[in-house]
Amino acid sequence: MKASAFAYARATSVANALELLTAYGERAKVLSGGQSLVPAMNLRLVAPDLIVDIGELTELRGAAVKRGVLTIGALTRHADLLKSPEIAAHAPLLKDAVAHIAHPAIRNRGTIGGSLAHADPASELPACMLTLGATIIARGPGGERRIAANEFFAGIYETALTPQELLVAVELPLTPKNSTHFFHEFARRHGDYAIVGLAAQASIKDERFADLRLGFFAVGDRPLLAKSASKLVDVAVTSAVLSEAASALDDELDPLEDQQATPAMRRHLAKVLLARCVSLLLARPDLCAGASA
Amino acid sequence: MTDAVAVALSVNGELVEANVLPRLNLADFLREHLKLTGTHVGCEHGVCGACTVRVNGDIVRSCLMLAVQTHNAAIETIEGVSDSGEIADLQSAFRERNALQCGFCTPGMLMAAQDLLKQSPCPDREQIREHLSGNYCRCTGYQAIVDAIESTAWTRAGRRP
Repeated sequence: MKASAFAYARATSVANALELLTAYGERAKVLSGGQSLVPAMNLRLVAPDLIVDIGELTELRGAAVKRGVLTIGALTRHADLLKSPEIAAHAPLLKDAVAHIAHPAIRNRGTIGGSLAHADPASELPACMLTLGATIIARGPGGERRIAANEFFAGIYETALTPQELLVAVELPLTPKNSTHFFHEFARRHGDYAIVGLAAQASIKDERFADLRLGFFAVGDRPLLAKSASKLVDVAVTSAVLSEAASALDDELDPLEDQQATPAMRRHLAKVLLARCVSLLLARPDLCAGASA
Repeated sequence: MTDAVAVALSVNGELVEANVLPRLNLADFLREHLKLTGTHVGCEHGVCGACTVRVNGDIVRSCLMLAVQTHNAAIETIEGVSDSGEIADLQSAFRERNALQCGFCTPGMLMAAQDLLKQSPCPDREQIREHLSGNYCRCTGYQAIVDAIESTAWTRAGRRP
């Protein structure tokens, strides 16, 4: 199908975009890469009165490190994240995650800000933001607001952003040199929406986790930073410890049913990912025995 | 503001100036306004890859880009890369390997395949499949398409298949 009629404004600055969003509120939609918004408009799932195109605001593009913080502009494309030396050096988890986002032609247009503001529970970057402890920077009529990633995602396609606010950047702490990460998702076809996925970051000392952050996605209405990860920290991980963590994880999950999978299948796959992740990060193949999917 | 917006862009090296409605997507602009019907419209929500074109050198879904967003951009379509001879060898390989039947997906397949070969001159079959993962073909079962791209890569690299 084709999108229904709408008015179009090419924002000339962040201030100009904010003026338009203030005037139109919920009747306006921000267009960045358009890889989620345009399909939704073509399918007539959304029909905004005004599209505010921020595509020419080059000041919102690119990644840079300053004073121990990695800042990524909202308009940075997935393809840019894949190629960026700053991302590879300071947030390698993101590079692995982006390779799973859709297909090359989509990654050439889709942006990090668009993905986060869209907040699809099955998408990769929101979970990565939880795992990496990101801060989301929004600008609105009242100035700038800094929102912790764990307070940003509020439900299916729902975030803490108000209709008058524009997501302008994300800030990430630099990944410590001795840390390690794991990213994997199950999907029917490479690049499809995940059935279940896991973005994990850890530091390991003396064959134990000194820190472990497990960001699951497609396991509920928003990404989940699993509290059950604490059961694996500062202990010698055995099959019994892992199995206890897996049942604690099960209690935290609230998976949705859709045409891809039942809640039971999602619970099973989340536990498979947990076992694979722990086994790989600790280099303990014995922990993964039987965890097949 | 739902009125038409003036855009100026380059399409296959030619300057195009037009007034377009905001809701018009790039695929329909190319097909209906410029009569460049090699770009195909399949699913209209970014899943099938039949509408793949190049914008400023990068492949994109033309059904997921508004024509108004192409102001000042350089667009290349299957007609452009075909007429310039850029993909003549790839097209021959598709013919020789029976990598097309009905041909509906072929323009998008060729655009995606050429994009891969430009970035990675000797891809293995797994890399080829991954790069084409966003392009559907309902006829060939993909084996012949992967064969054609693999053999083009070998020939371009000066290796025998």
